[in-house]
Amino acid sequence: MGATPKIELKKVCKSFGSKVVLKDLDLSVADGESVVVIGGSGTGKSVMLKCILGLLKPDSGEILIDGQPIIDQPSHIREKILLKTGMLFQYAALFDSLPVWENVAFGLMQAHGMKRKAAKEIAIEKLSLVGLGPELAEKNPAELSIGMQKRVGLARAIAADPEVIFFDEPTTGLDPIMGDVIDSLIRDCTQRLGASTLTISHDMESAQKIGDRIALLYKGNVVWSGPAKEIETCGNPYVEQFVRGDVDGPIKLDILKP
Amino acid sequence: MEWNFLATIGRVFISFMAAVGRITKFTGQSLRHCIIPPFYLRLFLRQIMNIGYYSLPVVGMTALFTGMVLALQIYVGSSRFNAESAVATIVVIGLTRELAPVLSGLMVAGRVGAAIAAEIGTMRVTEQIDALVTLSTNPFKYLVAPRLLAGLITLPFLVLIADIIGVSGGYLVATETLGLNPGNYLKNTFQFLEVRDVVSGLIKAGVFGFIVSLMGCYHGFNSTGGAQGVGKATTNAVVSSFVLILISDYFLTVLLID
Repeated sequence: MGATPKIELKKVCKSFGSKVVLKDLDLSVADGESVVVIGGSGTGKSVMLKCILGLLKPDSGEILIDGQPIIDQPSHIREKILLKTGMLFQYAALFDSLPVWENVAFGLMQAHGMKRKAAKEIAIEKLSLVGLGPELAEKNPAELSIGMQKRVGLARAIAADPEVIFFDEPTTGLDPIMGDVIDSLIRDCTQRLGASTLTISHDMESAQKIGDRIALLYKGNVVWSGPAKEIETCGNPYVEQFVRGDVDGPIKLDILKP
Repeated sequence: MEWNFLATIGRVFISFMAAVGRITKFTGQSLRHCIIPPFYLRLFLRQIMNIGYYSLPVVGMTALFTGMVLALQIYVGSSRFNAESAVATIVVIGLTRELAPVLSGLMVAGRVGAAIAAEIGTMRVTEQIDALVTLSTNPFKYLVAPRLLAGLITLPFLVLIADIIGVSGGYLVATETLGLNPGNYLKNTFQFLEVRDVVSGLIKAGVFGFIVSLMGCYHGFNSTGGAQGVGKATTNAVVSSFVLILISDYFLTVLLID
């Protein structure tokens, strides 16, 4: 593993009004490492991901992708940094005005300046990597099932052979079998590319399958981080409560008890 | 009680000024991306078709019946002081300077402004705009700039066609229903028409086209929530386009009258 982390967050803070979402968050993903950030709803996982991608601006702190700061960069510099990354959205976020192959080839054509014919060939190759045949290339995303849409989203995320890939709740809304298929595809594709990955999830099974390392986020900060295989035996009370799914424990939910 | 009233006025004024500031910032950003490459020619041409070509039936229909009604109404008024020969001149000046640009602008706002707001708003709430950013594609360049330029360029052409159709409608009613002499009507139409009558209408049309596209993009881009948010964005886009077209029409008329 290289010395410079592929993703590094240093003391990142983000609030919305009086609600503190991220509080002095530190996290790093090494070269070739797969890190899964788990945590309950509203713990700041999605906000963290949006901050890393430059979709939200943190109040303070530093975020580096491959050693390059991303916050406060002009848009053309940020776009250059993001060329090294891929992203699979929770509900795939496919462009419904474009056919499947153009969705996959979008980054290749728009950001990498590839010609349509060459980009289409790569798109079909990437679709085959996620188990989708060329007959789907001309279809509209709306004609596909949610599982297929996620696979197209994965093909889009890996289309430009990125060094860093982000996954936002990759198994949400899928049945257990399709969830397992997506997990396996993520694992295979990222290993083949040698990419570093950062996944956010609350699916324990998926986290253990995808991740080399797991970090538990609670109240905007990492309360535990360690190898994925140690998560069930680590003895951390936050992790134990999250793994067991208990209401009682150090993790307090913002719900009123009857 | 008095203080509450003043506070309410103050709050409304501050929120109004904040909205003006947001729209001004959005306009500045959009214009910057209209002149800095890369340019998306394919998307621009698609918007020319959407905004211009597909609006032809509704704009043509509006112009035809407006010209016909105008001829009837002016005939009723002018016949009271034996000035029926003025019908042709008033119809053509009324249409080219005022009615064709304003009514075309309003019809396009209803058809295109709403569609732009709905499309971009849906892209916002389904994370498609975030996906564009992660694919190193600037949403202002990809979504806003082609629509703004297409609106600015297309509406003058639509209005030119509306001028011709509207005058033809007036001619039809004046000669077929009101019994005016066709040769005299045509002579009176062109005798007092000046180039600046047509040009002032086309300048107005360009401004209205820009307003319609800008409001559609702005409200769509800033829509929040789900279906309700998109619906609200669509309504706001149409209402604000209508209001801005009518207000700017007065100031443009003052500017262009000499």
